[in-house]
Amino acid sequence: MSDQTQTLPKVTIHFAGDSGDGIQLAGSQFTNTTALAGNDLSTFPDFPAEIRAPMGTVAGVSGFQINFGSEAIETPGGRPDVLVAMNAAAYRKNIGNLKSGGVVVLDTAGFDKRNLKLAGYQPDENPLAHKPDHLQFYEIEVTKLNREALSDLELGRKEQDRSRNLFVLGFLYFLYHRPLQPTLDFLRDKFESQPVVWEANKRSLQAGHHYGDTIEALTRYRIEKAELPPGEYRNVTGNVALSLGLLAASVRSGRHLFYAGYPITPASDILHELSRHKNYGAQTFQAEDEIAAITAAIGASFGGQLAVTATSGPGMALKTEGLGLALMLELPLVVVNVQRGGPSTGLPTKTEQSDLQQALYGRNGESPLPVLAASSPADCFQTAFEAARIALEHMTPVILLSDGYLANGSEPWRFPSSEQLNPIQPPLAKNPQDGAAPHRPYRRDERLVREWALPGQAGLEHRVGGLEKEVETGHVSYHPENHETMVRLRAHKVQNVAADYPATQLVQGSEEDNLLIVGWGHTLGAIKVAVRRMREKGHKVAQLHLKHIWPTAQDLPALLQSFPQVLVPELNDGQLIHLLRDRFLVDAQGLHKIQGRPFLADEIENEALKMLSND
Amino acid sequence: MTETPPTKYKAKDFSSDQEVKWCPGCGDYSILSQMQKVLPELGIARENIVFVSGIGCSSRFPYYMNTYGMHSIHGRAPAVATGLKLANPDLSVWVITGDGDGLSIGGNHLAHLLRRNVDVNVLLFNNEIYGLTKGQYSPTSEQGKYTKSSPLGSLDHPFNPLAFALGSDASFVARTLDRDPTHLRDVLQAAEQHRGTSFVEVYQNCNVFNDGAFQIFTDKKQKAAHTVSLVPGEPLLFDEGRKGLKINGLKPEIVDLQAGAAHDELWVHDPEDPAKAYLLSRLFGEEEPRALGILYQEERFTYEQAAQNQLQKAQEVIGPPDLDSLLRGKHSWTVS
Repeated sequence: MSDQTQTLPKVTIHFAGDSGDGIQLAGSQFTNTTALAGNDLSTFPDFPAEIRAPMGTVAGVSGFQINFGSEAIETPGGRPDVLVAMNAAAYRKNIGNLKSGGVVVLDTAGFDKRNLKLAGYQPDENPLAHKPDHLQFYEIEVTKLNREALSDLELGRKEQDRSRNLFVLGFLYFLYHRPLQPTLDFLRDKFESQPVVWEANKRSLQAGHHYGDTIEALTRYRIEKAELPPGEYRNVTGNVALSLGLLAASVRSGRHLFYAGYPITPASDILHELSRHKNYGAQTFQAEDEIAAITAAIGASFGGQLAVTATSGPGMALKTEGLGLALMLELPLVVVNVQRGGPSTGLPTKTEQSDLQQALYGRNGESPLPVLAASSPADCFQTAFEAARIALEHMTPVILLSDGYLANGSEPWRFPSSEQLNPIQPPLAKNPQDGAAPHRPYRRDERLVREWALPGQAGLEHRVGGLEKEVETGHVSYHPENHETMVRLRAHKVQNVAADYPATQLVQGSEEDNLLIVGWGHTLGAIKVAVRRMREKGHKVAQLHLKHIWPTAQDLPALLQSFPQVLVPELNDGQLIHLLRDRFLVDAQGLHKIQGRPFLADEIENEALKMLSND
Repeated sequence: MTETPPTKYKAKDFSSDQEVKWCPGCGDYSILSQMQKVLPELGIARENIVFVSGIGCSSRFPYYMNTYGMHSIHGRAPAVATGLKLANPDLSVWVITGDGDGLSIGGNHLAHLLRRNVDVNVLLFNNEIYGLTKGQYSPTSEQGKYTKSSPLGSLDHPFNPLAFALGSDASFVARTLDRDPTHLRDVLQAAEQHRGTSFVEVYQNCNVFNDGAFQIFTDKKQKAAHTVSLVPGEPLLFDEGRKGLKINGLKPEIVDLQAGAAHDELWVHDPEDPAKAYLLSRLFGEEEPRALGILYQEERFTYEQAAQNQLQKAQEVIGPPDLDSLLRGKHSWTVS
């Protein structure tokens, strides 16, 4: 027994095991407990596209990484400090990634002959016989000890082994001085109707914790609370935050939410989350396909609701024609693309930023529309609220880009109170007085926004459609000059959205710096870490991160042109960089990674340093 | 919803200020005119009526109705209508589609609309041709049809729209004709009064690209021998009472009453019998009379009603909306 405790500023733990081993549950419980303990954190799950890939193989390894600390945490961490490996495959896949001096926690039962073979080791090869010297190992007979702890319960072997993940979790809680109570509360709620399962889960967690107490000369770790800005916090994933942003926009606009979706990874969780909140008058419609999802949303928008559909790359391709219709009808609509690796079916569970140009340009005809990108799991809330605001107040479809990394990743969120959220004011048409002139559905206000007249309003009966509209009346018109006028009006209306933006702010640095790194989407954290490190070393590097990608902010050109060098890191082969070069004649350089994996801060730092040294 | 009681409308109140641009002699004119005549009789406030269409000649229909309307995109009107009806269940929503729009590019949406039983009325104008694209064979064209895209004859076996609707579990299935205004009006009225999706196939003549496709069902001299009118509780008689239909096992049989067939053996129309409705839909050959009228009708819970009930139940179970508590979630903490 020992109680030697060391204090660390931050730790990165990578949980890995078979996709049936309960890795995501262990990871999310560790996250929840850590958040409640007051640390800053960031998480990233990494799972195979198959539900149950062949057991015990490297292809079937499911991972969950958490980076937490008493200092500001911007990313789920690069190389982990701790690897939890439930089997040989999980070990094999991740061991090379571990930091020097790192810790390995493993279940020895996962390293038997069969598991070693499934993991692809040679018959005479046992990785535990040749462990890297620089790592510290906790080889625990998890399966055996766990079975012993549950031996008097009426459970088969298979059922007993199901809570192995909780044994390991209990051990980690011991190692990092975390309380068991939040997880016990969660398990009690989850298994309310299955008393034996609840008992088993509780015992496994406690047994893992007690086990830690029995090890000689064990070093435990303490990670102090982080200094976060004062306020109320909760932990949140991107998809949940996005859903809450939509619900909040519904409440603050007084328009019921209508969400239509077709199941697709990694967007489905938005459908799952929203379908739990029907008490907000929010309807969720699981459509027969992606096209029906967007067109049903258009129908609901015509009927006066805050209409939203979400999907991922391939589904976005299917929604293209519907987007064009919504743009022509000038109806509010939010279309969320939770990007994943493409093209085609691509990498469904991996992350990428390769649908930006699709969002900007992927429609027939002259068809610009607002495009926004969320930059962190918690930021998905504000960005969804903002997308809904723009759609409703400017009567336009809006594309919101998220991605797999944001959708499933989590972080603490200082949530706002409802009063901190500005009311959203859609341009609803007033009921006409008797004898009023006929309703002109495409009459515009000074922002070029038309009115929203809803079926059921007497005297405002009108027809809309995908054919070109006559200015003001909205009648079908093939007149050449009218078409050009309408194309320009629609584009100008979208441009006017930029008038609402706050002044563009640098995330770090100033206009006096030599290099500006411009990002969008989930790369915010990695770029932040890279820029912070460089600035600490005295390099004159600034950071800018774009939320509103189209229309671009009015003060953006001047800001970009004030820097001698501009670097645009993107998880694609160069998409935002084309927009910046085309629009602003900026000689920007790109940094591209197309591996389905996020940037490491090092990669950005190295590229930036190269640019600075060439200067 | 408006509180004004429905005014007493006239047909012209439903006519928009837009010039109707179908080809002279097109069957669509008749359908438009009967629609404008039947709506005043239904007692629905004009502002509560919405016509939603896809793409094709028939889909221009909403522009000519002085109601709310949307000319949407090809094949998707059933999905648009579903979203609209869910958003506002008080509306009277009509889907105007054609054989190409509804059964080819939009077949998927139509099938799902029917099975869900959203309370909208679908009018499928069937002219057995692609008219707006100037004369290609459609999914209801007869096999071997010579058209611009099938100079050697089309290879496709045609859809039977009513069998399609019944197979999709539609709760109201009817067939009528552009050339029989009274019948058309009666069917439209019944379709609107039905709670659930009403599927109405309208045989519509395209006098430019497929003239006379339904002539034997509309021509005064021929129609009696080729059509059978469905009246609930009445025997299936045609050819001016000379012939009738009976069911032999699961097989419809034409019987000659003049040759001594007994009147009491005849098949009596029961629109609530789905098996018999299917047999009626299969009267599709050249020798068999085509059934006109309501083949099938059942009372079934509607989708938007079920959706509304869930919203209400959620309020009762979860409680009224409370944005602050929603944002706070189950596990929050305070940093001071």
